Amino acid sequence: MSTASVANPSSIDSSATLASSAVSEQYNYEVIRKFTIMTLVWGAVGMFVGLYIASELAYPFLNFDIPYITFGRLRPVHTGTVIFGFGGSALFATSYYVVQRTCQTRLFSDGMASFTFWGWQAVIVCAALGNMFGYSQGREYAEMEWPIDILIEVVWVTYLIVFVATLMRRKQPHIYVANWFYLAFILATALLHTFNNLAIPISLFSMKSYSLFSGAQDAMTQWWYGHNAVGFFLTAAFLGMMYYFVPKQAGKPVYSYRLSVLHFWAIIFLYMWAGAHHLHWTAIPDWTGTLAATFSIMLLLPSWGGMINGILTLSGAWDKLRTDPIMRFLIVALSFYGMSTFEGPMMSLKDVNALSHYTDWTIGHVHSGALGWVAMITFGSLYHLVPRLWNTPMHSQKLINVHFWLATVGILLYIVAMWISGIMQGLMWRAFDDFGNLQYSFVEAVARAHPYYVMRAIGGASFLAGMLVMCYNMFRTIREGSTEVHDQQYAIASAH
Amino acid sequence: MKLKHDNIERNVGLLLILTMLAISAGGLVEIVPLFFIKETVEKVEGVRPYSPLELRGRDIYIREGCYLCHSQMIRPFRDEALRYGHYSLAAESKYDHPFQWGSKRTGPDLARVGGKYSNEWHAQHLTAPRSLVPQSIMPNYPWLGKTDLDYSDITLRMKALRTTGVPYSESKAEYERNVKEFGEDVAKTLVIADAEKNLVTQAQLGNYDSNPGNISELDAVIAYLQVLGTMVDFKKYDDDYFVKFR
Repeated sequence: MSTASVANPSSIDSSATLASSAVSEQYNYEVIRKFTIMTLVWGAVGMFVGLYIASELAYPFLNFDIPYITFGRLRPVHTGTVIFGFGGSALFATSYYVVQRTCQTRLFSDGMASFTFWGWQAVIVCAALGNMFGYSQGREYAEMEWPIDILIEVVWVTYLIVFVATLMRRKQPHIYVANWFYLAFILATALLHTFNNLAIPISLFSMKSYSLFSGAQDAMTQWWYGHNAVGFFLTAAFLGMMYYFVPKQAGKPVYSYRLSVLHFWAIIFLYMWAGAHHLHWTAIPDWTGTLAATFSIMLLLPSWGGMINGILTLSGAWDKLRTDPIMRFLIVALSFYGMSTFEGPMMSLKDVNALSHYTDWTIGHVHSGALGWVAMITFGSLYHLVPRLWNTPMHSQKLINVHFWLATVGILLYIVAMWISGIMQGLMWRAFDDFGNLQYSFVEAVARAHPYYVMRAIGGASFLAGMLVMCYNMFRTIREGSTEVHDQQYAIASAH
Repeated sequence: MKLKHDNIERNVGLLLILTMLAISAGGLVEIVPLFFIKETVEKVEGVRPYSPLELRGRDIYIREGCYLCHSQMIRPFRDEALRYGHYSLAAESKYDHPFQWGSKRTGPDLARVGGKYSNEWHAQHLTAPRSLVPQSIMPNYPWLGKTDLDYSDITLRMKALRTTGVPYSESKAEYERNVKEFGEDVAKTLVIADAEKNLVTQAQLGNYDSNPGNISELDAVIAYLQVLGTMVDFKKYDDDYFVKFR
């Protein structure tokens, strides 16, 4: 990539346009386009629900005494649609793109790939409606009841087959590093989903089931799942995304191959040990928590290994941060990744956890990872991807910039609000007066949190506004684009 | 064959197997032993499976997502002992499928809420929390009192739980075992065949929702809340008895 095109991102897009129409018959872009559009849809829907429940905490009248939209039922709708709808669709889209481009081969089985699309969308819709109507397993991030779990299992195994079979017919001798991460994510998610959802349905005609495990064992299984859903679904997989889109957008190779090997094996091995730090000071044996905290601290190294590898990929092209808003998304995402993977191990220390656990600090931590890292790296990747899928430059570079600032300001408001209210709650709960009595009743801490709940909602609104700007920009881009020409070319090419 | 990373990158099968090994280790070491180490769940008297009415209340607690704002896990700290009571024991949730320890206290912990407030207080608080606690941000749950409790499938629910290992009894022998373990009064409430009868009796005697005419979802939820944390009589144990299980 020449320096001239570096200074002008739209020229990258137009050169990619030529390239991608030339290779149209080689790749299955149709399924990627569908997943890309649904990433935008679920992002907007899931973030709107998030803003709504944040507002319910600030202004409880917003529950309106309607069962379907009370906080307790909408919260899993929020987590389900953003993690599995937005994040999941983004991972399907980018993994299908990356595996085809880096293996220089067409996706294995169009039919199976298409099934993963429709199956996954059915999962998200059923899970959201199910939660609103009160069907819940009562396990965080795994609220979907057993029939939906079975559908997830089927879709996921299909995904694994499509991905591995595509790797097997690669035209390159080496499997590119991004694909290692995607593969680890697919395998780990299958493992976690299967064991965390072992349950006995009360009958074949009822949605209701009871978890196979109970109490302490059930808690360990759930947080082994919960933590590694973050570790693999929201981290390893998005690192795969990073390893393709950052070097591509920077026009430079990955900073260090050796570092990528090291931190890949370290991160997938270490993550699985850290789950029990969600259960510090609870009724599980102490040694599990100590072990988990130890591994959590060790996790800092491979996490930062990935961050450094991503950020230093840009070395020698730092000027792009000034000129290329897409690059800005990617690098800020890596910065938030670095920050939240420092905050996480710190919160896993038992003494810090004694203060932070059960408070809003945890919520702030999750969102600095989910908004700062997951969503930002996705936005950057989609702005890179969409022009290549629809053979046209982005409708507006300026709107990408507007999105960037709305998102960044939104995240900052959100996490600062949660830091303040979280630490305040932790301190108020444990405060004693001069006579050794509790200084505050519980509800005093609730009342004190109100201004920060409002601030959090404003931050969320800003982030959602950015998401809507992106949707508009994408909508215009896609309308200006030319998939039909693209598909006709493909039809003609394959007819010959 | 010299072990070089190059070989792994060229071989999908090898990459797949090694990745699987790497991601399996942590769970195997940390979780599997918990099913076999006896100290995971301490030996303590009084913990029993939920009665049919309490069980339906617990189902509704899960349905409404109460666990997203209320924990049921008191940590061994001085402030929590003063605010909530004795720290939670693993044994106290050994019949909880799924566990409901929670991860967030937007509202207070509920592990020992049983017996702290009257039934009338709970009925009004669940229906309109701000009428009792003006600064509360909890949603109103007015539909609980207005909805008749559906207990048509209570035996199916208990049978499913029996499959997971909860000692609800189907046979005479199982009943005798429960009499030995929990005493006759409790054992009677665990008989699956008598579930409907037991549920109706408890709701009518308890009259949890202050509305004797019907059995509402509110009856069930309050019956569940009132039993939370009350099963173990901590006066029976020395202060340091439980420490060795930690």
